Amino acid sequence: MTTLRIPTPLRAYTSGKSEVNVSGVKISEALTDLTVQFPAIKPHLFNESGELRPFVNLFVGENNIKDLQGVDTLIKEGDRIMLIPSIAGGTS
Amino acid sequence: MIEELSHDQILRYSRHLLMPEVGMSGQLKLKNSSALVIGTGGLGSPVALYLAAAGIGRLGLVDYDIVDSSNLQRQVIHGTSTVNKLKVESARDRLKDLNPDIQIDIYNEPYTSENALRIAKDYDVIIDGTDNFPTRYLTNDVCVFLGKPNIYGSIFRFDGQVSVFYAKEGPCYRCLFPEPPPPGLVPSCAEGGVLGVLPGTVGTLQATEAIKILLGIGEPLIGKLLLYNALDMSFDFVKLKKNPNCRVCGPNADIKELIDYEEFCGVPGHHADDTSAGVAWDITPQEMQDRIARDPNLLLLDVREPHELEIAAIKGAKNIPLGEVASRMAELDSAEEMIVFCKRGSRSARAIEILASAGFKKMKNLKGGINAWAEQVDNSLPLY
Repeated sequence: MTTLRIPTPLRAYTSGKSEVNVSGVKISEALTDLTVQFPAIKPHLFNESGELRPFVNLFVGENNIKDLQGVDTLIKEGDRIMLIPSIAGGTS
Repeated sequence: MIEELSHDQILRYSRHLLMPEVGMSGQLKLKNSSALVIGTGGLGSPVALYLAAAGIGRLGLVDYDIVDSSNLQRQVIHGTSTVNKLKVESARDRLKDLNPDIQIDIYNEPYTSENALRIAKDYDVIIDGTDNFPTRYLTNDVCVFLGKPNIYGSIFRFDGQVSVFYAKEGPCYRCLFPEPPPPGLVPSCAEGGVLGVLPGTVGTLQATEAIKILLGIGEPLIGKLLLYNALDMSFDFVKLKKNPNCRVCGPNADIKELIDYEEFCGVPGHHADDTSAGVAWDITPQEMQDRIARDPNLLLLDVREPHELEIAAIKGAKNIPLGEVASRMAELDSAEEMIVFCKRGSRSARAIEILASAGFKKMKNLKGGINAWAEQVDNSLPLY
């Protein structure tokens, strides 16, 4: 089991959960597990052709999967995966 | 170039002068430095207050808005006495009181591709305290083109992000976020809310980074992103690397000048909450009142969150929060006419898009949401 951290804007789609336990040996499998548990989050992470949306950033520990092997990045028990959203708030 | 401090200034800055990391030479550096604060709202308030107090010699403030009483829950540079005044003037007056020793330049205008380079070029650091994606991408690109550090902070509800995007020494904002999310996927603070103290924490961290960079001390947040969550009281750091394919700071960058950021983001940069699903769907509060008078059984669909109904509600409306519209549309009859509404009109526009893609046609979007209804039709309801 790996812990996937959900940022506030996406918690509306994970029944308010800030962390979700996911299984899989690769990021892609962990994300599949997440979308099976919480189908409503899927369109926020993947486009119509099933690719990860470009503004979705996933980090394993402190490293961006874009700097590793993308969705093929291997994960192991105890790893912490973080979803980092684009947020723009600041003023009004 | 100011080369020494007056006795009054020595007394004012004595707690800085006592620290060897700042000292007299550091305080003189601050005195001879400048910072541009984009936005004098939630983030800009603590940023500008602390930079002024620290004795940054020249501060620029960019904003085109006026102070509203709903700002005061978090925009602590303003006050009850400055409601309805220009934000830049309200902020300047507060800063002048805090530190009459510094120069404050105000820019009462939207920050756009037309004026951004001109405004930013004479400042040492740029602080991003904006509230929308177009201005964030603009601020980033300006900093890349001018070779200046972009002290980034962003907030949403209980989450904050802080970094220093400095393309000369590390990644830029676009290296992490090459493109913005599509309109409507991320609600604004005006729709989603924000804990009032959150921009205080994030803005104070931005001010800290600005002062460190101007002094040349410590480890700046270049190549690192700080993620703060107020509910969990968690601070996480992740590493950011330069993206070799970055379109503005990469080796093969193809964006060499400022672009149309509203087009790039698909949303207006200013008053970004006034999005709509298209004018064809719009209905004004008066028109809605007429329709209800003709058909008292007309379905009103309220797509706000249940807790918002405690603030203001329209009697008889059916509540399905936006996040549940897709899964609960079986409760709606596409043959029946309905009017969809939210607080200001943008969430209902998203709901209309979702329903339209499922074949619903007989829908209208209440322009300006329940706030416009409260202003124009039912004054017994509060604005929020």
